[in-house]
Amino acid sequence: MVEMVSRPYAGAFEKFAAGNPDILCLSADLTSSCEIDGFRDRHPDQFLSLGMAEQNMMSFAGGLGMAGFRPFIHTFGVFMYRRPYDQLMASIAYPRRKVRLMGFLPGITTPGGMTHQSIEDISVMRSIPNMTILETGDATEVESICEAADSIDGPVWCRVLRGSVPRLFDTPIKVGEMRELASGADVLVVTSGICTEEALRARSALADAGVSIRHLHLHTIKPFNAQALLDHIGSVRHGVVVLENHVTEGGVGSLVAETMADAGVGKRLVRLGLKDTYAHGGSRSYLMRYYGLDALALVQGIEELMAHKFGISENDLSAARVDAVHSLAKAEGL
Amino acid sequence: MLNNERDTAQVALGIRRRVYEHAMRNNGGYLSQACSAGEQLAWLYNEELNLGAPTLPMIPKDFAGVPHVDNPDYHTGAGYNGPAAPDLDRLFIAPAHYALVAYATLIEVGRMAPEGLEMFNKDGSSVEMIGAEHSPGMEVHNGTLGIGLSTAAGLAYGRRLRGDTGRTCVFMSDGEVQEGQTWEAVQACAHHGIDNVFAIMDVNDQQCDGAMSSVMEVGDIRSKFLNFGATCVEIDGHDLDAMRQAVKEPHEGKPLIILARTNPFHTMSILEERFPRLHYVRFKSEDERARMNLSIAADLGVDPIAYEH
Repeated sequence: MVEMVSRPYAGAFEKFAAGNPDILCLSADLTSSCEIDGFRDRHPDQFLSLGMAEQNMMSFAGGLGMAGFRPFIHTFGVFMYRRPYDQLMASIAYPRRKVRLMGFLPGITTPGGMTHQSIEDISVMRSIPNMTILETGDATEVESICEAADSIDGPVWCRVLRGSVPRLFDTPIKVGEMRELASGADVLVVTSGICTEEALRARSALADAGVSIRHLHLHTIKPFNAQALLDHIGSVRHGVVVLENHVTEGGVGSLVAETMADAGVGKRLVRLGLKDTYAHGGSRSYLMRYYGLDALALVQGIEELMAHKFGISENDLSAARVDAVHSLAKAEGL
Repeated sequence: MLNNERDTAQVALGIRRRVYEHAMRNNGGYLSQACSAGEQLAWLYNEELNLGAPTLPMIPKDFAGVPHVDNPDYHTGAGYNGPAAPDLDRLFIAPAHYALVAYATLIEVGRMAPEGLEMFNKDGSSVEMIGAEHSPGMEVHNGTLGIGLSTAAGLAYGRRLRGDTGRTCVFMSDGEVQEGQTWEAVQACAHHGIDNVFAIMDVNDQQCDGAMSSVMEVGDIRSKFLNFGATCVEIDGHDLDAMRQAVKEPHEGKPLIILARTNPFHTMSILEERFPRLHYVRFKSEDERARMNLSIAADLGVDPIAYEH
């Protein structure tokens, strides 16, 4: 059974930021929802409440950057780029301010529906010059995201998991690298964020079916080591399947597609994710099944790639972990 | 250290003469902004702000790339306002389309060579039409209206944490009060007691489409600023003594907003013919250009410009 870690960001941020006067903790009325309420209470001198006013918050953070501070902005990811996109561009991305954008509730990790689910943020951020993109896939990555983000000379977009988070890895994020979780020779599976756990659920069933999987987990989406990916693609016979908690346009699937096209790789690619659709409100496991983001969807994607049915059903996969909607690890049901 | 070498009213006149000459030679320009804002920018640069000596060459360098990891020598145009130092003031020109007027001001106060204005809006030049952050006197991109005050608020808050004694000043335009962000910025300043920031706003009642009352009525903006938690003083924006008094208004724990009510054809009376479209005056005919040339020259006490047809 996988180890579950409660609120890993809370302790990790406090450990990293407390006592560093150049780091400021910014919040937009989602302080406990972003697990920084303890930090606010214990380190009020480094905490700045900017209210439900994200446009001002982004430019304000740019101004703090001019004064030599490194603001960590905490709110739900959607609220940091949809409404204040202009401010993100002009006040943070263009001038390369060292602002760390901690975006919570990536993709369908919230029952909050369309207004709360950042399903196209990677696509947006990938197209912004000067932006770095990191995504957390387990508790260890959440615990190391602050140090990783703060090592960047410029703005950083982070997809941060909260609440009860599984521990899959035992080494911290090393910016620019990718995790090789399996080294098979048939199909390359590329996952990021919460989809990596899904791929691990399918691992034994695929092995039993005789499919040799090479599995990469991406925590660094931009900048991206194209050659490393191409080397892995060169090591498999059939092609690549990408599974991501994001729309299939502009995200990791697109990144892999562009990398393959640029290099003239003639192998097949199956991109799994939200297929040109919004999601709606519901539990994470329900949404992952409904929209085809889970382990079974990955198996089906591999079947499509290989044009072969393995006869794997849900019962053959490792048990899905079901989060409690109402958990002490979360401030509210969102 | 460069302050008060010339009378501020003379600086304002010099700004208008330069903008007028530039507009005549180039068949148009941001004339009305020189009319409304001449005194404000002259006052800020020539007497009110505590700025150090320029750190960048009198003749601006060519465009040298945008901020990028591969462009390590990148710098903004803030050096024309002197260095960033704890005791010195900082200035943001929030409405970046006032750049022509701001550049003329830099020349009048000896911070940029007159050749700088010849580079205005030329390909490959850093002296851009809409002030970029690499343009002389600029430190951030303010071409998207409404972000200036927020940026200044953040910088001022940071400077307060650093113990800086210098102020952060924003030159604003009244159209910006139509943007919600302006009010977000004021409430943030009030909530956090950010009082090392002040703004002077050119209230000329004009915006790109014409008179503000016809585009989006904004009502009593002084009351709005007061209600959002600012200290707000309303003055005649062509009265330098009023400016000198206004900036002394106590505003402990609050930002100070000076509303400078101005006339968009002040000292260029013929521009009234173009009311209410004053945002960018491009001459509609050679005849209009010739008449404006003569009229404005007489208003400003200079010879008409011998421009190329």
